[in-house]
Amino acid sequence: MPTATAPTPTSPEELLLGFARAARAAGLPVTADRETALLEAVALVGIDDGAGTYWAGRATLCSAPDHLERYDRVFAAWFHAAARPRTAGPPTPAPVPMASLADGETLDTDTGTDDPRGMHAVASRADILRHRDVATLTASEKADLATMFGSLPQPRPLRRSARRTPWRRGEIDAHRTLRRHLELWGEPAGLEWRRRDSAPRRVVLLVDVSGSMAPYADALLRLAHRWSVRGRGRRDVHVFTMGTRLTDVTRALDRPDPEQALAAAGDVVPDWSGGTRLGETLKAFLDQWGRRGLARGAVVVVFSDGWERGGAELLAEQMARLRAVAHRVVWVNPHKGKPGYLPVQQGIVAVLPYCDDLLAGHSYATFEALAEVVDRA
Amino acid sequence: MEPSSGEVAWSPTSVAEVAEALGRTGYLTDDALATVAFLALRLGRPLLLEGEPGTGKTTLAEALAEALDVPLVRMQCYEGIDASQALYDWDFPRQILHLRALETVARAAGGDDQAADPTDVEKSLYDERFLLARPVLRSLRESPVVLLVDEIDRADDEFEAFLLEVLSTYQVSIPELGTIRAATPPVVVLTSNRTRELHDALKRRCLYHWIDHPGLERELAIVRSRAPEVPAALAAQVVRMTQELRTRGDLLKPPGVAETLDWARALDALGSVDLDVETAAATLGAAIKYHDDAERVRASLARILGG
Ligand SMILES: Nc1ncnc2c1ncn2[C@@H]1O[C@H](COP(=O)(O)OP(=O)(O)OP(=O)(O)O)[C@@H](O)[C@H]1O
Ligand SMILES: [Mg+2]
Repeated sequence: MPTATAPTPTSPEELLLGFARAARAAGLPVTADRETALLEAVALVGIDDGAGTYWAGRATLCSAPDHLERYDRVFAAWFHAAARPRTAGPPTPAPVPMASLADGETLDTDTGTDDPRGMHAVASRADILRHRDVATLTASEKADLATMFGSLPQPRPLRRSARRTPWRRGEIDAHRTLRRHLELWGEPAGLEWRRRDSAPRRVVLLVDVSGSMAPYADALLRLAHRWSVRGRGRRDVHVFTMGTRLTDVTRALDRPDPEQALAAAGDVVPDWSGGTRLGETLKAFLDQWGRRGLARGAVVVVFSDGWERGGAELLAEQMARLRAVAHRVVWVNPHKGKPGYLPVQQGIVAVLPYCDDLLAGHSYATFEALAEVVDRA
Repeated sequence: MEPSSGEVAWSPTSVAEVAEALGRTGYLTDDALATVAFLALRLGRPLLLEGEPGTGKTTLAEALAEALDVPLVRMQCYEGIDASQALYDWDFPRQILHLRALETVARAAGGDDQAADPTDVEKSLYDERFLLARPVLRSLRESPVVLLVDEIDRADDEFEAFLLEVLSTYQVSIPELGTIRAATPPVVVLTSNRTRELHDALKRRCLYHWIDHPGLERELAIVRSRAPEVPAALAAQVVRMTQELRTRGDLLKPPGVAETLDWARALDALGSVDLDVETAAATLGAAIKYHDDAERVRASLARILGG
C-alpha cells in the first residue's frame, strides 16, 4: 500500500489510474470505460510526453467546458505541475501534498464538489485490478477480483425500453406497413408499428471452456453467476459451456454463493480445458434450444477466442442460424482488448458478419462495459 | 465498446504528421487539436468538438477528409431530425411507378389467373434500387469516409440514442435488406454548440475537445493562409482588433475566426490598407452580427484603435 506524502507508483498504469481516481473525486465523470480510454490514449502519445499526456487525459476524462478547470487542477497536482503545458487554463495552483487513502476506500459517491481529498487519492488495488488481464493475475489478486464480482453490474435488457430507437429491428412492422401500402395502391398509409411490451429480455451466455480459454474460464463463470443470481426482479439468464460438447450449467450456477456455484458447475462440465468444436457445439445448442425458443429473441453472448478445430464454414453457418433467431449476438473475445489485436483469426473472421458487437473481455473493466452493452440491447 | 471490426482509414504515426497533413489543407492546428485528432484516428473513436462559434469545428472535419483524401459525408442536425432522415428513405414515387408498371404488365398478359404473387411484388418493391441512402447509411456503405455530424445538440435524445448505437457498432439493420456494416469504420467528427447537454453515454464513446479561440499568432497565420490577398499589415491589425473584442465580456456574440476573415476580406475589398476608426466603423458589420454589440463596439472604437 502506498504511503504518505507523494505517491510512489510503480507503473504508468498505476500512475494514470490514480490520476483518474483523483479526477473522479474532483467531480469529473470518470467511468471505467473512460479509464480504459485514458490508458489507451496515453499509451499512444507516451507518458513521457507531458503535454501529450495532458491532452490525452483531457480528451478522455472531460466532456464539458466546466470540467476543464477542475481537470487542470487535478493534473497539476497529480503530476506535480512539472509536465503541464503552458498553452491553456488557469494559473497553476501550489502543489498539494499527497496522501494516500485506505486501500479500496471509495470516493465514487463524491460528486461535483471540489473536495481537496480528490488530490489525495491514489489508485487503489481495486482500481488497478479492474484493468488487469485476468489471465495474468496471481492467486491473491484472483481472490481479490473474485470479491469484486459481487458488484459487477447486472444487465437487465428489456424487450421494450424507452432507450430503444425507432429504427431498430422488429419495431417497424415492415410487412404490415407494406400490405397497407399495397392495399391502397401505394397511397401513403403511414408506418405500422409492432406492439411492444416491456418484459425482461432473455440473456443466453455461451462460454467457451476449451484449453485456449482456460485462463479466462474462472472469471467468465463468475460473471455468469453474477448475472444469473436471483435478486430482486426476475432474471432470465441461461448459461451453457462449450468445449467438445455443450453443457447447460444454468441449474448448477443457481446457488447464491459463487464458490459453491462454481464448484457445482465444475462437477457437471465434462470437458474443461479440452479441445473446441465451436461449430458443432453451437449447432447442438441451436438444434436443441433454438427451436425450443430459448435463443429466440434473446441477447446471446458468446465468450470465445474463436479457436476452431472444425471447419470455419460450419461455424459461420451456425452463426447465421443464431443471428436469425436471436435479438442480438454479442461476441466477447479476451484477445480483443489487447494491443495490436486485429480480427484476422479464422474463426473470428467467419463469425464477424453475424455479430452485432465484438467486444473485449479480458478484464473486469471490459466486463463492466459488456454489461452496459447487454443492458442496452 | 469498440468498433466491431476493420482498420481505420489512416493510421498516422505521430501528432506532427497529423498537424502537417491538416496544415497542407490550409487548416492550422495547435498541439492540442493535433493531438486529439491523432488519438481519434488511432483509437478509431469519434471526436466530439465543442467551442465558441466560428472556431473551426466544422472545418476540421472538412480538412480531415481532404487530408485523408476520402469523401466527407455531412449530417447536418436540426430540431426534429429522426433516424430515417439519417439512414434511408424508400423512393416512394419510383416504387409507385414500379407498382403501376407491374399492374400494366399483368393486365396486358391477359389478367385472368396471372395475378402476381404478392410476396414477389413486395420483394421487388424493397429492392436496393429504390433505396435513398441518407448520410449515416452512406457513410457506412461508402467508408472510408469522414462522417461529420454537425451541431448534434440541435437533435433530440432519441436521435442521440440512435447515433450512439451506430457509433458503437458501425452497422445498421434495415428490415427489408438486412444488416449493413461498414467495412472500415468511418472517421467521425461530431460538433456541438452546447445549446443542450449531450447524453453521457454518447460523450463517453467520443474523445472530447473544446476548441478555444486561437491566439494572436495562430489567428494571424489562419488569416494569411485563408485570405492571402489581404496585406499582412492589415491582417495583423484586424486580428489584433478581434482578439481585443473577444476579451471584453460585454458582447452577445464575440467574433470568431470566420468573422475575422470576413472583416479582413471586406476591408481589403474596399481598398483599405489600414484599419482606422472610420473604416472600422463602416465595415464593422462583417465582424459583429448583433445590433447591440455593434453599438457598444462603435462607441469604443476610438479608444481601442488608439484614437
Ligand atoms: N484552425 C483553422 N485553420 C484554418 N481555418 C480556420 C481555422 N479555424 C477556423 N477557420 C476558418 O474559420 C471559419 C469558421 O470555421 P467553422 O465554420 O468551421 O467554425 P465552427 O466552429 O464550425 O462554427 P459554428 O459553431 O458557427 O458552426 C472557416 O472559414 C474556417 O476556414
Ligand atoms: Mg460549424
